[in-house]
Amino acid sequence: MPTTLTVNGTAHEIDLPAEVPLLWVLRDALHLTGTKFGCGVAACGACTVQIDGEAVRSCQVALGDVWGDVTTIEGLGTPAALSKLQQAWIDHQVAQCGYCQSGQIMQAAALLAETPQPDDAAIDAAMAGNLCRCGTYPRIRAAIRAAAGMEG
Amino acid sequence: MSRLGTIARRSFLFGSVAIAGGVALGVWYLRSPGTNPLRPEPDETTLNPFVLIDGNGVTLIAPRAEMGQGTQTTWAALIAEEMDLAWDQVQVLHGPPAQAYYNSALMAENAPGPAYGKSAFQHAVGEALGTLGKPLRMQVTGGSTAMKDGFERMRAAGAAAREMLKAAAAARLDTDPGLLTTENGAVIGPDGQRFPYTELAEEARGHAPREVLLRDPSEWNLLGKPLPRLDMVRKATGTAQYSIDVRPEGLRFAALRMSPRRAGMLRFDAEAAEQMAGVEKIVDLGDGVAVIATNTWLAQQAVDAIEIDWAPAPYPETTDAILAEIEAAFDRAPDSTLLDRGDPDSLPDGASEISAEYRVPFLAHATMEPLNATAHVTAEGLKIWSGNQLPTFTRSACADAAGLPERRVTVHTTLMGGGFGRRGELDFSVLATRVAAALPGTPVMTTWSREEDMRRDFYRPAAIARMRGAVKDGEAVLFDAAVAAPSTARQALERWMGFAPPGPDKVHVEGLWNQPYAIPNARARGHIAPELKVPVGFWRSVGNSYNGFFHESFLDEMAHAAGADPLAFRIALADRAWRPAARVLEAVREMSGWPEKPEGTGRGVAMCFSFGTPVACVIEVAESDGGIRIPRAWMAADVGVALDPGILDQQLVGGLVYGLSAAIMGEITFADGMAEQENFYDYDALRLPQMPEVETRILETQRWISGIGEPGTPPAAPALANALFDLTGTRHRTLPLNRAVSFAA
Ligand code: FES
Ligand code: FES
Repeated sequence: MPTTLTVNGTAHEIDLPAEVPLLWVLRDALHLTGTKFGCGVAACGACTVQIDGEAVRSCQVALGDVWGDVTTIEGLGTPAALSKLQQAWIDHQVAQCGYCQSGQIMQAAALLAETPQPDDAAIDAAMAGNLCRCGTYPRIRAAIRAAAGMEG
Repeated sequence: MSRLGTIARRSFLFGSVAIAGGVALGVWYLRSPGTNPLRPEPDETTLNPFVLIDGNGVTLIAPRAEMGQGTQTTWAALIAEEMDLAWDQVQVLHGPPAQAYYNSALMAENAPGPAYGKSAFQHAVGEALGTLGKPLRMQVTGGSTAMKDGFERMRAAGAAAREMLKAAAAARLDTDPGLLTTENGAVIGPDGQRFPYTELAEEARGHAPREVLLRDPSEWNLLGKPLPRLDMVRKATGTAQYSIDVRPEGLRFAALRMSPRRAGMLRFDAEAAEQMAGVEKIVDLGDGVAVIATNTWLAQQAVDAIEIDWAPAPYPETTDAILAEIEAAFDRAPDSTLLDRGDPDSLPDGASEISAEYRVPFLAHATMEPLNATAHVTAEGLKIWSGNQLPTFTRSACADAAGLPERRVTVHTTLMGGGFGRRGELDFSVLATRVAAALPGTPVMTTWSREEDMRRDFYRPAAIARMRGAVKDGEAVLFDAAVAAPSTARQALERWMGFAPPGPDKVHVEGLWNQPYAIPNARARGHIAPELKVPVGFWRSVGNSYNGFFHESFLDEMAHAAGADPLAFRIALADRAWRPAARVLEAVREMSGWPEKPEGTGRGVAMCFSFGTPVACVIEVAESDGGIRIPRAWMAADVGVALDPGILDQQLVGGLVYGLSAAIMGEITFADGMAEQENFYDYDALRLPQMPEVETRILETQRWISGIGEPGTPPAAPALANALFDLTGTRHRTLPLNRAVSFAA
């Protein structure tokens, strides 16, 4: 039986078993490939999306358990209409390989929605689960601060 | 033997290399790089293999792997600079595999002698050796070579295109091209007439110049300053396309399991898997099994449900037994003694001797994007989408796997979610081809699970070093190092070309024998464990990744034995060998305020010369309730010419993080012939809360342009271990450090 899933404001009927993780519904059924697969076990954060504004690891949420509207990186902003956070990411030239960055941005967006002016400890706590093998951490920190209007 | 192997063998037989003439300053005689591989559509024109123009604009070809290091941005900037393109007009593509895109700098690393302080003659020898890359069709991204390779060639390609466009405009105006100028993608006539390149392209084709004059750096508009990376907007919006993101019509998704013991498959039972949801086909690969399904996760579930018996590993089953084999290599004659200066066998009069043994473990690459590739076998041939560092070799290996001639194989090289050397291998592209060949007519993406990616890596080898040194009157008078490991270069070249060239393995001892320190009696010997079949491969900075730790930790021990300040001790030695090495040390001394430091902290320094670049690093450590923290780090590098300071900073910091992750917690161990680590929970890396504040400085005092993708990595481990010694008085000679030290999370 198809499951109804709302992603970035659009409702979809998904014809996949209910235990398929949201990550693989987004990527392989809806072709929303901005959300990345890194580990499959909640250890890297590359698959981070938001459900009702909360940052979650989409590799750990089964299709049948999705409890609200899903927002992915594609829903946060587009090249033609960037969100403030994405603009800060570009201003600070954060990405290297870029593979972790969708997850980083979705995590940071959830942090700023909850804590508009996060201190260093709050940034550390929120971002610790998002691995970046390229080591873009200093620029991630700077971009979050800038988007929060806390630069300098 | 493959065609490639035959050519390679012949090329390596050249006993000597003839060097002809000199090159007048700034003038670049254009040699054809080979047949132009670009196949323009009817409304497109190519002016050379790197410049493609259509009605919408100019597309530059950067045929190097973009795996995060920013290479395509700076490569495009080199062409755009001479073409007078505005930066927001620039589009970049990777382009097809082609001989024309050979790497002219990779083979240059085989020139004799240490790479620092090269004379013009030594540089020319290197360039001549570099041309070997062409017959070898070595389109390879690696060895931090892209900017050495492209610095003159790509500016020349841009200048040639510009002159062709000017000649076309001059023909229209019936005037002398010398009276024309160019700006923002257009030729400007003597009366201010504007001819956009897009309109001139077709007419420009017949006007290829024989030589061009390259601009003086003082006239650069794009080079020399931080440019917005061409991939940044896409990477901040989830629209960058990696190989894992391609979605050709009708795509199916596969998962696979190959032997974690790196040998054959004895039997498998897929009965349960066959019945599972979404499964379309079980593929018996002979040496492993794949499942093709409608969804990657369903394919993974099914492949995990297959029972498989694997043949025993072709190497010892445990880490201890493997290390014993590496240690036994010390009893063999050295493979190389590339450094042998003075009289390293005797102890100078009145000197005091110290010695120590060091060990480092196997390491995984753990790129953020797990290995994957997509293949589509049709009646016309094979199409493959693969994020790879060696497109020409990938094409021939996949052609072999599909039983097709190369001309019927198309390779799309996508962006890469990290490479670090791992994507310089052929296995993931070949396996995707073999899986897709089981379902002709349907494109199939084969994605490795993280576990498969970690168990089937070509690891940075474990290595052991035996170090001996002596000091007298506060100075180093003897340095004698021996390192033992399996040979990465031989294994990797075998996989690339079917054979490994004879002669000493330089890569194995890089970072040990060629360091710019003037120690009067010095020797470095490399010992190879030739029979050890644990799969090893190029890992960011390769031999330097372990030799840097051995060299710079032991030099620290010598400084302490001499009663000298470790930074001053190094500056004195470097100053007599090669000034740029001393200058990067002086830079970090000034940046960090050495020897002053905050109460309760320890500081360590290291300087490693790799890929042409000396990098010095000072790291600060401090105790905290949660364990050791790394509050700050300072790095200085001399790259000769700083083409993009923003990207240079990214690479230094990224290289440091990669090195620190390995130093603190990176370790692959073996049991029952299999790697024991499988995912980020047991093979983790530095996280944001552990990240120090880093200050970088770029110097441009050395004569030749040098690499940056790797040189930030080698000094990380020794600077950290030296800082721990400064803080605690304990010398750490074994990595990873978290075996002995508790770090804050
Ligand atoms: S893929 Fe979900 S946390 Fe890594
Ligand atoms: S930018 Fe490459 S993993 Fe983060």
